[in-house]
Amino acid sequence: MSHPVLEVKNLSVSFGSREGALTAVNDISFHVDRGEVLGLVGESGSGKSVTGLAILGLIDAPGRIGANSSIRLDGQELVGMPEHELRRLRGRKLAMIFQDPMTTLNPVLRIDTQMIEAVTAHENVSERAARARAREALQRVGIPSPDERLLAYPHQFSGGMRQRVAIAIALLHRPALLVADEPTTALDVTIQAQIISEVQELASQTGTAMVWVTHDLSVVAGLADRVAVMYAGRIVEQGSVVDVLERPLHPYAHGLIGSVPSRNKRGSPLAQIPGMTPSLGRLPPGCAFHPRCPRATDICRGEWPEATAYPGGRTARCYHPHLENEVAA
Amino acid sequence: MTTPEPIVALEDVSKRFVKPLDTAEKIGRIFGANVKEEVVRAVDDVSLQIAEGEVVGLVGESGCGKSTLGRVIAGTMNPSEGAVRYRGVIVEGMNAQDRRRADLAIQMIFQDPMASLNPRMRIAEIIGEAPVVHGLVSRRDAEAYVAETMQRVGLDPSTRKRYPHQFSGGQRARIGIARALAVKPEVLVCDESTAALDVSIQAQVINLFMRLREDLRLTYVFVSHDLGVVEHISDRVAVMYLGRIVELAPTDSLFSGPNHPYTQALLAEVPRLEARKKKFSALKGEIPTPLNPPSGCHFHPRCPFAFDRCKVERPMLKEVAPRWSAACHLNDKAA
Ligand SMILES: Nc1ncnc2c1ncn2[C@@H]1O[C@H](COP(=O)(O)OP(=O)(O)OP(=O)(O)O)[C@@H](O)[C@H]1O
Ligand SMILES: Nc1ncnc2c1ncn2[C@@H]1O[C@H](COP(=O)(O)OP(=O)(O)O)[C@@H](O)[C@H]1O
Ligand code: SF4
Ligand code: SF4
Ligand SMILES: [Mg+2]
Ligand SMILES: [Mg+2]
Repeated sequence: MSHPVLEVKNLSVSFGSREGALTAVNDISFHVDRGEVLGLVGESGSGKSVTGLAILGLIDAPGRIGANSSIRLDGQELVGMPEHELRRLRGRKLAMIFQDPMTTLNPVLRIDTQMIEAVTAHENVSERAARARAREALQRVGIPSPDERLLAYPHQFSGGMRQRVAIAIALLHRPALLVADEPTTALDVTIQAQIISEVQELASQTGTAMVWVTHDLSVVAGLADRVAVMYAGRIVEQGSVVDVLERPLHPYAHGLIGSVPSRNKRGSPLAQIPGMTPSLGRLPPGCAFHPRCPRATDICRGEWPEATAYPGGRTARCYHPHLENEVAA
Repeated sequence: MTTPEPIVALEDVSKRFVKPLDTAEKIGRIFGANVKEEVVRAVDDVSLQIAEGEVVGLVGESGCGKSTLGRVIAGTMNPSEGAVRYRGVIVEGMNAQDRRRADLAIQMIFQDPMASLNPRMRIAEIIGEAPVVHGLVSRRDAEAYVAETMQRVGLDPSTRKRYPHQFSGGQRARIGIARALAVKPEVLVCDESTAALDVSIQAQVINLFMRLREDLRLTYVFVSHDLGVVEHISDRVAVMYLGRIVELAPTDSLFSGPNHPYTQALLAEVPRLEARKKKFSALKGEIPTPLNPPSGCHFHPRCPFAFDRCKVERPMLKEVAPRWSAACHLNDKAA
């Protein structure tokens, strides 16, 4: 294998504010290979969505990408790429789906109008060919009677169907990379399962790599190959799903996993991470997790710990990781 | 041994609505689409008995009527048909004083704590208002009472002069819980009370619910589409499909060997922390709307086991084991 589909290095994103710049994403690095699913997890405000938007080149002023940041898609640098070139990539090699499918869909246009436009924007084909493509794409995401559906408006669809149309559009051009930001969070488990199974199927056919943003660790467990856990704008641990979910090194990952209700914990109190998610404007010095961390010592209040490599291709940023969990699967 | 009287009992309860338009439909209508208002049977002939001290989970896909049933139980909505009994007495037939007592005894805690907290009221008023109005505490003792209630849910009483927006999501959830507890209820109906919360905060709130249950001998109706959460805290679970209860069973039984084909399908979809990369294979078909429910067994268009009878005859909820009932014609075949 040559290079990964997506390689993010030292990505930082900050937003100007009255109290000075807020760093929403702080020096994160990760990569995703062809056909691979990376789960990006963390609590509200940890920087997951901003990371996804940065990959798509959708950070608008006052947002700023940090100086040393690099985002490479198939080896090609996206940071600093002129907007018209980025636009050519988006929708073709690079696609994104959002929690609210109406972010993608236009409520006042018929589905066929929107889909045909999405096809012809990137390919020089006749309207008839584009319509056929649209029809086929709807069928692939499991929408019954696609011909009829093409003539409908978004409001005539259920939430789950709207999300499927958004996915069909995102995957029209067999993108190399799909960034999915909580696309199933607002949906029922049954519809979530349908959508995930359709995306899995499509990705395995096309080799599309995926970054799947979610706060739901259980979804990541069933869907992703690797996982990156974010806290206060940093990736605090990343590695294979098995390693991170079964043997977390980082105390935050450890706490997060312990707080999910699961079979073997029924009826007993869940592990609790004390305190609450810090606001970015008032991050504590040093490791930002220290006020909530049961393992914190003085050193944690000094500097953020560096990312350290562990067996099995894992990394964690912590002075006192759960080393009993170090052995890779 | 005689069974103790249920604290709340629903008898053949139905609730109908005229369906409102959602945003997309409203926009559609502005642009000339033909979108009509219709009648929905949100809850369709439900009977359920809730024992004192029990935690009953209510699960099902969105729109199946969980929240509506929760509101009917809490008395914030009257049923269109059927009766709700509180300690044996039909609530709608009560005199004003008894009705007020019943309403206080059954409190509802909402999904979005922010939307249900008045932004212009201080926390002390939000929590202290109802117990003073209802004469549960005197105005003089209110401050101490509020402080005690806040402490009970893990809020710092010194923050009682603040407004809701000055709290985090998890703290706002606690404020909503404290407000409900302040009127000394016996039953809490919690509607997706943890859904909007981050996992680590959700764990704090779930732990709080479990502790309060022990401290105050509370009875819970726990409405959620999160089966993991429901499995964690419930003693019994009712599974709803298009307004009807299709299975009702002790949590262990339900999760280890669901009887109803819908429950089986639903449980198969639950993402689990213990699962590893798997092929999601999904229950086919959209969630049907209660506007136009399928004939016979509502589930038949999606059911892999459906046979002729399912299309024409509604299966009634029947006992399949002690304390365990399900509404499926297959259970007659097996017998
Ligand atoms: N346009 C913006 N201007 C200012 N701050 C922003 C902007 N977008 C995001 N932020 C801030 O950046 C931080 C990270 O936000 P982000 O949306 O990435 O969180 P997230 O991890 O996706 O959270 P959630 O789970 O709630 O979606 C937050 O503190 C947020 O308030
Ligand atoms: N106040 C209301 N007016 C009209 N229709 C309603 C109202 N509340 C709920 N409904 C409808 O009743 C059905 C059941 O809703 P609900 O009880 O909220 O479901 P759930 O909580 O299971 O998602 C849905 O079709 C919903 O749109
Ligand atoms: S660096 Fe220190 S405070 Fe941070 S997670 Fe590790 S032990 Fe806890
Ligand atoms: S009654 Fe028939 S359609 Fe309904 S769940 Fe049972 S087998 Fe399936
Ligand atoms: Mg987000
Ligand atoms: Mg609801």
